[in-house]
Amino acid sequence: MSLDKNGIAKRIAQELKDGYYVNLGIGIPTLVANYIPEGMEVILQSENGLLGIGPFPTPEDVDPDLINAGKQTVTAIPGASFFDSASSFGMIRGGHIDLTVLGAFEVTEKGDIASWKVPGKLIKGMGGAMDLVAAAKNIIVAMQHTDKEGNSKLLKECTLPLTGVNCVKRIVTNLAVVDVVEGGFRLIERAPGVSVKEIQKATEGNLIVEGEVPEMKV
Amino acid sequence: MNKVFKDAYEAIQGIESGMTVMFGGFGLCGIPENCLKVLAESTIDQLTCISNNAGIDNFGLGVLLRKHQMKKMIASYVGENKEFERQFLTGELEVELIPQGTLAERIRAGGAGIPAFFVPAGYGTEVQGDKEVRIFNGKPHIMELGMTADFAIVKAKYGDTMGNLIYNKTANNFNQPIATAGRITIAEVEILVPYGELDPNHIHTPGVYVQRIFQGKEYEKRIEFTTTRS
Repeated sequence: MSLDKNGIAKRIAQELKDGYYVNLGIGIPTLVANYIPEGMEVILQSENGLLGIGPFPTPEDVDPDLINAGKQTVTAIPGASFFDSASSFGMIRGGHIDLTVLGAFEVTEKGDIASWKVPGKLIKGMGGAMDLVAAAKNIIVAMQHTDKEGNSKLLKECTLPLTGVNCVKRIVTNLAVVDVVEGGFRLIERAPGVSVKEIQKATEGNLIVEGEVPEMKV
Repeated sequence: MNKVFKDAYEAIQGIESGMTVMFGGFGLCGIPENCLKVLAESTIDQLTCISNNAGIDNFGLGVLLRKHQMKKMIASYVGENKEFERQFLTGELEVELIPQGTLAERIRAGGAGIPAFFVPAGYGTEVQGDKEVRIFNGKPHIMELGMTADFAIVKAKYGDTMGNLIYNKTANNFNQPIATAGRITIAEVEILVPYGELDPNHIHTPGVYVQRIFQGKEYEKRIEFTTTRS
């Protein structure tokens, strides 16, 4: 069965390591915070100037001066720090964040990503996405394998305006875990009950399948 | 030196139509509410506004937008403002969208006397345009320029009569870099104290950057997405 949003988030959480500093984009990536393994220390960075995002506040503790990059109210964990936006992106651009997770409209077999603009329709701006993909050490894209009409989102070339080029390393979708390698997408894992054939059908870019492809353990 | 002004109305004197003005804030967090309000009540227009976001439809920068006081907006994300998207798509408003990190660094560099620098963000995208590209460490970078403004308007929690500022939590955001990049910087603060009361170790913005400071009032501090746990 293909994964739901939480399933995708759960699988991505398996990539976390103890002591990791992580930036989670809006949408499915934020759900990854719910699946940090028990006992593992992962520190979440918010690009608007907070290292150490905590859980959402109780209604009494809501503070208008304490929000995340998606403009939701949050708390800060013990040991957190606040800083300005130039410092925040220095942290990101300088390669100090261990893992970035973000959503996308399209990803290509060369690791290009389109995530910010649909010409004529969605022109909200790129926010911090371009900075994150250009400089992050390790980028995982969380997305649906196909769009609402069933068209593949794993392509040879992006049709939408690019967020970055040659930057995506791993993609986790509702159907599969896929790595960007020389020559195309390499199929790493299948969602439980999903066949290689299904994944091949849903992938427009070149999909490299070698040997027995294991199922995700989610 | 007397940097202390009576209120926002006094503090914005000298801002003229056609000028370039930077505004601190991230969404509605840390925005200079008092100055935005008096600007919106003025006849000043044709402004080039630089800020990370464009507020929401009826608050923050959104009000200047609705009253057509803006000629151009430079920002990284304008998604929460329908009027913005409308004016943008019809061509009424000139827009320059800049990656958030590049925007912050352009402002910081502007205030710090760095005319140009190279970053990887935007390479291979429409942001690259015809900017100069150079390879560093085997990776392409594009040249971006330092950015300054006629006026910089910031909001802080604490300020003193010498212009020193301390921001609160994530209400710092773009305020700190912006404070350095205005030819004239106006700071509105929640709590204005006599100099000597703020701990020098805790100052985010040294007073040299601030030409005008005033005690703000009646902050709404709106929240865009109140999110809680039970």
